[in-house]
Amino acid sequence: MTSSSGISVSGLTKVFGTTTVLKDISIDIAPGERVVVIGPSGTGKSTLLRCLNFLDRPDSGTIRVGDLRIDAKTASGADILALRRRTSFVFQNYALFANKTARENISQALITVKSLSRSEANARADAILRETGLADKADVYPAALSGGQQQRVGIGRAMALDAELMLFDEPTSALDPEWVGEVLDLMRRVAEERQTMLIVTHEMQFAREIADRIIFMADGHIVEQGPPAQLLDLPQDDRTKAFLRRVG
Amino acid sequence: MRALDLEYMWGLVPVLLGYVPLTLFMALVGMVCALVLASLMAVERVFRVPLLDIFVRLFISFFRGTPLLVQLFLFYYGLPQVLSVMTNINGVTATIMGLTLHFSAYMAESIRAAILGVDRSQWEASQAVGMTQVQMMSQIILPQAARVAAPTLVNYFIDMIKGTSLAFTLGVTELMGATQKEAAGSFLYFEAFLVVAAIYWIMVEVLAFAQRHLETYLNKAHAR
Ligand SMILES: Nc1ncnc2c1ncn2[C@@H]1O[C@H](COP(=O)(O)OP(=O)(O)OP(=O)(O)O)[C@@H](O)[C@H]1O
Ligand SMILES: [Mg+2]
Repeated sequence: MTSSSGISVSGLTKVFGTTTVLKDISIDIAPGERVVVIGPSGTGKSTLLRCLNFLDRPDSGTIRVGDLRIDAKTASGADILALRRRTSFVFQNYALFANKTARENISQALITVKSLSRSEANARADAILRETGLADKADVYPAALSGGQQQRVGIGRAMALDAELMLFDEPTSALDPEWVGEVLDLMRRVAEERQTMLIVTHEMQFAREIADRIIFMADGHIVEQGPPAQLLDLPQDDRTKAFLRRVG
Repeated sequence: MRALDLEYMWGLVPVLLGYVPLTLFMALVGMVCALVLASLMAVERVFRVPLLDIFVRLFISFFRGTPLLVQLFLFYYGLPQVLSVMTNINGVTATIMGLTLHFSAYMAESIRAAILGVDRSQWEASQAVGMTQVQMMSQIILPQAARVAAPTLVNYFIDMIKGTSLAFTLGVTELMGATQKEAAGSFLYFEAFLVVAAIYWIMVEVLAFAQRHLETYLNKAHAR
């Protein structure tokens, strides 16, 4: 569904006040690769994702998405916009546009950002709503949707952008347990289409199923990484072992 | 105490109603101009454009800090003495100008507060999908701020309708000016001003009715 190409992050650093939250992070992601990031709370997982599309501005480092390469120190407004248009973001709290219907949440960026005509954008939005099982909610506003439905629209909005990299920041952790399954199911479907994904989650079973690689982060560092079977079953670092024991 | 001259009052109604369009014209044009100006200033105050910010803050401070009547006199009687382009300014134009500038200062502050009240997630989601700042403001942030600011803005519009009555001090024969003339002719001041009070009151009540519909419309996204 999307034309993927590699992503390469190098030397990413982020400081809040006097604390360095990201310390020289480097990651390469192959086209179509599905990478899951795990780690203790306050470790900088959200900050990493937010730096990758400049919701938080990194202090240094470079980010390359396909043939677009930008340097945190010199990035201009136009660079940042270009980067954001090659990535999409699924928020923990859904962050649907409160003044737009489910359909408009998906079609809005297609019209304003991708310059599709209104009818093309609506047709695409309706197709995505069918795919996400929300065809009957097209004209409903977010306030009247359940958490699970809102997050499926949130994922649909990100899918519509056909981004080279889809970022997910704990997409199920704000949900009541009853809605988690339907959101994970939708993410599985996205993963099956070999969309390049970088996912922060605490859903270990899900991570094991869909990840090509799991990254364990602690204290603003990447501590270790590897395929699920290796990282989850044969962790090397003591911090990884301790974390995995705690999350079970 | 004497009885009200009801017949006189009844006869005055159609005469004064003839001046309602001018009053509404000044208020409406003033409101539209003030809304545009206030939105621009509010957005500026949120983004704090260097230099421009100082100017906007000074503007807001001055027009909130001085009486509307003083501002009207400044525009109508004062400016023509120092600015030649203003020599031919008429009372209606001066009134609209005064109302626009005066109320835009208040409205800018309400709109700014409403913008800052829009949840952070709405700004971040707009940025994440790749909108420009203009797209973000026009499609997502301002529409949501409008919902919050609407009741206050309608109240300013009501103040503005009543504020048009000051135009009579600039020699404009509008609703208030016309009443003044009628009363001076008949000496029935109480009757005349009672009629004009009723006319203002009814106009404001009609507006309050429209306000309820506007708010229902703006709240449609939040109905469950
Ligand atoms: N805007 C900010 N200003 C100051 N400090 C911040 C800000 N955002 C995050 N931090 C700090 O940065 C650190 C990393 O936060 P981050 O949200 O990235 O952690 P996380 O790994 O996503 O944690 P969690 O699993 O709880 O979501 C924390 O110590 C946090 O307090
Ligand atoms: Mg987080």
